[in-house]
Amino acid sequence: MNFASAFTPERLQEAWNCLLTEFPFAVWETVYSTVLATFFAIVIGLPLGIILVTGEQKGIRPLPRPLMSFLNVLINLLRSVPFIILMVMVIPLTRVIVGTSVGTVASIVPLTVAAFPFIARLVESSLREVNPNIIETAQAMGATPMQIIWRVMLPESVPSLITNFTLAITTIMGYTAMSGAVGGGGLGKLALAYGYQRYRYAVLYLAVIVLVIITQVIQSFGTWLARKCDKRLKNK
Amino acid sequence: MIELRNLSKHFTTLDGPVDALRHINLTVRDGDIYGIIGMSGAGKSTLVRCINMLEKPTEGSVLLDGQDLGALKEKELREMRRKVSMIFQSFNLLMQRTCLQNIMLPLKLTRTSDAEAKKKAKELLELVGLPDKANSYPAQLSGGQQQRIAIARALATEPSVLLCDEATSALDPKTTHAILELIRDINHKMGITVIVITHQMSVVQEICNRVAILENGEVVEEGEVSEVFSNPRAKATRNLIYPEMADNENLLSEGGQRIRIIFNGKQPSQEPLIAKMAVETGILPSIMGASTRTVGGNAYGYMLLEIPGSPENMARAVSYLSGIPDIVFQVEAEYSGEGVIA
Repeated sequence: MNFASAFTPERLQEAWNCLLTEFPFAVWETVYSTVLATFFAIVIGLPLGIILVTGEQKGIRPLPRPLMSFLNVLINLLRSVPFIILMVMVIPLTRVIVGTSVGTVASIVPLTVAAFPFIARLVESSLREVNPNIIETAQAMGATPMQIIWRVMLPESVPSLITNFTLAITTIMGYTAMSGAVGGGGLGKLALAYGYQRYRYAVLYLAVIVLVIITQVIQSFGTWLARKCDKRLKNK
Repeated sequence: MIELRNLSKHFTTLDGPVDALRHINLTVRDGDIYGIIGMSGAGKSTLVRCINMLEKPTEGSVLLDGQDLGALKEKELREMRRKVSMIFQSFNLLMQRTCLQNIMLPLKLTRTSDAEAKKKAKELLELVGLPDKANSYPAQLSGGQQQRIAIARALATEPSVLLCDEATSALDPKTTHAILELIRDINHKMGITVIVITHQMSVVQEICNRVAILENGEVVEEGEVSEVFSNPRAKATRNLIYPEMADNENLLSEGGQRIRIIFNGKQPSQEPLIAKMAVETGILPSIMGASTRTVGGNAYGYMLLEIPGSPENMARAVSYLSGIPDIVFQVEAEYSGEGVIA
């Protein structure tokens, strides 16, 4: 079967039918695994990112050096394992948490494991952008480390956090597509199992186009929201 | 009352140890507006940060109303910092919060209710003259307005001491003047002790009653502002008061003889002192450098005269000037008579 024959009128008709029948559920699976994985990754990654900044020796609440080294090494290790391999590596953990390692729900575990170190680094970089003079000012007011985190560092970095979380969510969506290769559901699975393995290239391209559109929408919304929230911009 | 007792601060940097402060002894009385002045790198910022323990002194102690701040525990330290507020050169407002929220911040740190904090913040906005900026964001304000908000925020906890770290250095002269006036007002009305860190002598001149001159981490001169201005003893002080004077140090021509006249504000500006001397003694001095200003009708500043001709001319000039009350002059020449006559 050659490539051009995948785009005959019958094949295109078939792809169109697929778009109406299979796609809505696949899109839903992609979206909810992305959203849930991002949520869990933020739940773990946000505090971790805060600790990376505040726990430094020159931070507002220094933590023991060995603990900080351990966290940094752990994050770097997880960040350096390619996602497709990480997914296979965490299968035992997935079985413990979800009971199975196959399916969309199960794919949320490896997605979270892959994403939280990434989120932690993004949070770290956002918090480092906060003007150190403002943190010193809060200390001069008698703020506790917790108050500095909640009332100064996080509010001041909201636009940057939104920008970085947008980056994270689009990246995690890319991962969900990859998880289609090892049992995850969604547009990735549709493109690979239906489009690629059964030579329905029209379906494969269609799945990619839909992914591109969703990514665009999320990115545009994130950029808009970050700008809207940033009070440093004078003329709005 | 704030007392600094034998205060020293050493840093260890990559280039080796640095003595930022060396054996500082100062007393700031309640109600003072106390200036601490020095060139960049003199240790001013380190000194002011030792007063609220943002920097821990290596040696010596800081006493606030007799209490040694170095002995305080973390929690007590935070309580103390509510009584010793600080404003900065770069204002340091939260950029993502409105002016009102910025002023409320120190109150929110102490579990004050929202309503109460808001009420207090609005009063303070009124006090600093920006009642209509409650819902504006700092980015929408000018530098002077931002500093006013920062002052309001510093006053929210009703402190007894206000530390100003180069608070007007980023502002233009007119705005500087307005902010200094506000600080003086606050000092008068609320009786808050103010410590002003600056590199600008004009700031000290405008609001301070006492001043300490800091050079290389040491206090080289300290006293009443009027006293220090009219009779600056340390070279660093003279350089700060009359920066132009330092440039004139090497102007003396071969065999020349100079007199430095210092106007200490007791001489009316209109008095044509030099012209009179020229007419009455027949000596025609050249003015090598001068910097004078009139404050309240009286002259402050200095004038550097080169006296031409023989040493007798110099002696006559000296004797003429000695007859005039209320000026200070120094002879700086290869003139072999008295060294310094005051």
